[in-house]
Amino acid sequence: MVRTAQSGEFIEGVDDQMTPEVGHFALALALALALVQSVLPILGAKRRNILWMQSARWSAFGQVLFVTVAFLALMQAFITSDFTVKNVVENSNSLKPMLYKVAGTWGSHEGSLLLWTLILTVFGAAVALFGSNIPQALKARTLSVQAWISVGFLTFMLFTSNPFDRVFPPPSDGQDLNPLLQDVGLAMHPPLLYFGYVGFSIVFSFAVAALIEGRVDAAWARWVRPWTLAAWMSLTAGIALGSWWAYYELGWGGWWFWDPVENVSFMPWLMGTALLHSAIVTEKRDAFKSWTILLAILTFSLSLLGTFVVRSGLLTSVHAFAVDPERGLYILGLLAVSIGGSLALFAWRAPMMEPGGLFKPISREAGLLVNNLILTTATGVVLFGTLYPLFYEAMTGGEKLSVGPPFFNAAFIPVMLPLVFAMGCGPFLSWKRADLPGVLQRLRFVALLAVLGTLAVWYLAEGGPVLGYLSLMLAFWLFMATVREWTMRIKLFEGPVSTSWRRASNLPRSAHGMTLAHAGLAVAMFGFIGSTVWKSEEIMFVQPGADISIGGFDVRFNGVERVRGPNYFADRGELTVSRDGKYLTDLFPERRTYPVAQSTTTESAIRSTLAGDLYASIANPASEDASTQGAWTLRILYEPLVNFIWIGSAMLVLGGGLSLSDRRLRVGAPRRKAAVTARVPAE
Amino acid sequence: MGRILAFIPLAIAAVFGGFFLWGLNPDRDPNNIPSVLISQPAPQFDLAAIEGLETPGLSRADLVDNAGPVIVNVFASWCVPCRAEHGILTQMVEKDGLRLFGINYKDKPEDATKWLAELGNPYERIGSDLSGRAGIEWGLSGVPETFIVGPDGTVLFRYVGPVVGDEAIARFREALEQAGALPRGQNG
Repeated sequence: MVRTAQSGEFIEGVDDQMTPEVGHFALALALALALVQSVLPILGAKRRNILWMQSARWSAFGQVLFVTVAFLALMQAFITSDFTVKNVVENSNSLKPMLYKVAGTWGSHEGSLLLWTLILTVFGAAVALFGSNIPQALKARTLSVQAWISVGFLTFMLFTSNPFDRVFPPPSDGQDLNPLLQDVGLAMHPPLLYFGYVGFSIVFSFAVAALIEGRVDAAWARWVRPWTLAAWMSLTAGIALGSWWAYYELGWGGWWFWDPVENVSFMPWLMGTALLHSAIVTEKRDAFKSWTILLAILTFSLSLLGTFVVRSGLLTSVHAFAVDPERGLYILGLLAVSIGGSLALFAWRAPMMEPGGLFKPISREAGLLVNNLILTTATGVVLFGTLYPLFYEAMTGGEKLSVGPPFFNAAFIPVMLPLVFAMGCGPFLSWKRADLPGVLQRLRFVALLAVLGTLAVWYLAEGGPVLGYLSLMLAFWLFMATVREWTMRIKLFEGPVSTSWRRASNLPRSAHGMTLAHAGLAVAMFGFIGSTVWKSEEIMFVQPGADISIGGFDVRFNGVERVRGPNYFADRGELTVSRDGKYLTDLFPERRTYPVAQSTTTESAIRSTLAGDLYASIANPASEDASTQGAWTLRILYEPLVNFIWIGSAMLVLGGGLSLSDRRLRVGAPRRKAAVTARVPAE
Repeated sequence: MGRILAFIPLAIAAVFGGFFLWGLNPDRDPNNIPSVLISQPAPQFDLAAIEGLETPGLSRADLVDNAGPVIVNVFASWCVPCRAEHGILTQMVEKDGLRLFGINYKDKPEDATKWLAELGNPYERIGSDLSGRAGIEWGLSGVPETFIVGPDGTVLFRYVGPVVGDEAIARFREALEQAGALPRGQNG
């Protein structure tokens, strides 16, 4: 039967009803290619058989093609609401808006695993396509290692979590996607997060390939850095988007909860950030080699650990997938092979690596070492806090406890604050040997400004915890030290503007990128601090016509009306916001009920400005007695500076992008020095 | 020296792996915690009401001589899973007509009041356990925890963690049926 345009674009000439089987078959073909790719190129690299090595290119393209076919087949089942597919029945509904039908493709365990595998193969193919400057043997080995991971995940999917399983008889409609997940932010959140998570796979493959080859040098670090940066950018964007989603969609009035699932996405970020900086030292100074390799392995290991924790039911979390011990066991096996194998290889090979360039305790290298140590410690703190309930249970033979935000705030923040201080100084330090008194002298003015800025806030705001002011001072410090370093480099205000402009345009983009990203962290810190320390909140029963004042705003509650949406109905409150008698805006918070999924969600209404967010949500009256007749529960929050978090995150991502677009990483293939000269430490 | 150092990451990973393997034991359920309280009389405690809230306080005397089994839920406004669980407990009160008592664990009265005002208050009585003393008596391992107490004040069932998700709800309803709080065979 010839297909109509709607779905026939993907698989021509195949009957509509067969599409899920086509998807299933495509996965099997991808597995076959991955198996070939895991053996042939790496053997070719050993035997110097160019043809075998080159086969990696085509099998990598083939894998991505077949996994894409499978992914589109699943998407088609969701778009056309094919309720013969179990996954669609469990996660979709014919009344769901189209965007969320599409997003439903990766809303379930099986679908998200397919997305995981798709991104895995995309990174493999990207290296095959863009890695023309990488030596043939290293590329072949890297792609083979990448294929090992592919094999692991494809078999996992085909044997335990087939997204194309059918149901018979097909039900007339589906159970709908969890309404909390029906949001634009969430539709985009997993793909970005996965690009980050899984993006580190290719860095891992590079590291393992280098260990097999027994050779790590500056050129290796230069080839790996753009991939690390790309993955890190996606992960940053993914985490920021997830936090934005929790804040705006869930109506919880917070942006981070230290939930296990949040933590497992944060740990690869911390480790990846350390890797990003450690790789700079390897690239510039040929040092920190085994450290960089170890970080590359650990970053991806933490991504895998995240996948394991989310899907195995090992820990209790608000947003884990459906639990299945068999799946858990399979992923644990996968973890044991990949993490255990790579670390064993590391233990064997790392001591053979040549130590690199020497440096003094006060130098750029030492600064970056501090960065690495602090970030690793911070990762350790988060890892320990996340897994402590499990350890405790195992050690005590079944006793349980939970670790909450108080632990993380008390342990994580004090570890990170010294890092912020060091971040201010680090870029001023020169390689090999730096002049700390000189640097501190140059930063005297910055320190003074940071103190004055903090005092100004202390004067304007009414009180607050000491830790809040200390963090604030460090945020000022970081921001101004970063700007100061940039203005020094381009000699702003030290000569004619044209000179500064010329210097700025001659400065490598990676330098601008660093400035932007470091300043971004400072900006995000203002958001973290403002919205934590100076948040105000009001919750009350209100009758229509009531007036509330919060954070300098006057809010009038006009009443509630019943409205209808495509697959829900809602009670919508009407609020008028004014300040000093001047009308500002109307807010319409909603309480939505989804009859099919039998659940309700809170749609908060937000007036967002740079100074802060006015955030309103509404709920039904708590009980129906005389005192609350016709009244509603209104929750109004004022979160100062909260948008700085997202602006800062965007600056982090843009800074990464700027650095990624650096000429050094794009063209001018870095040449590997002949083996003999590579052994001599630079200079 | 370097050789030994290089083995450290592997050793740490192996230890982690051991814990994970133990954690995957199919008989282990992170939410299933054996309690010495089961089949024992509920512990002695006497908690005042949350300051500023009209709902009365809770003591052991309220758990005996009831017409049927009652639910005792330990919650706190700072506990995120409690938020997820809240709607389900509310439904049990509204749809199944069950009686729900609360212990507000280590929570500031104003936070608890705000939380209940926002989400609704399905509790018949709430004791404010500011010091966590009653929590110790009940042998809490965390928040939330939910108990089923028989008409004579005997603890019949304990559920650790939020009663959220099909499996948890099914287990909890089954326990309610066994306790005689729900008619049999309604478990959907």
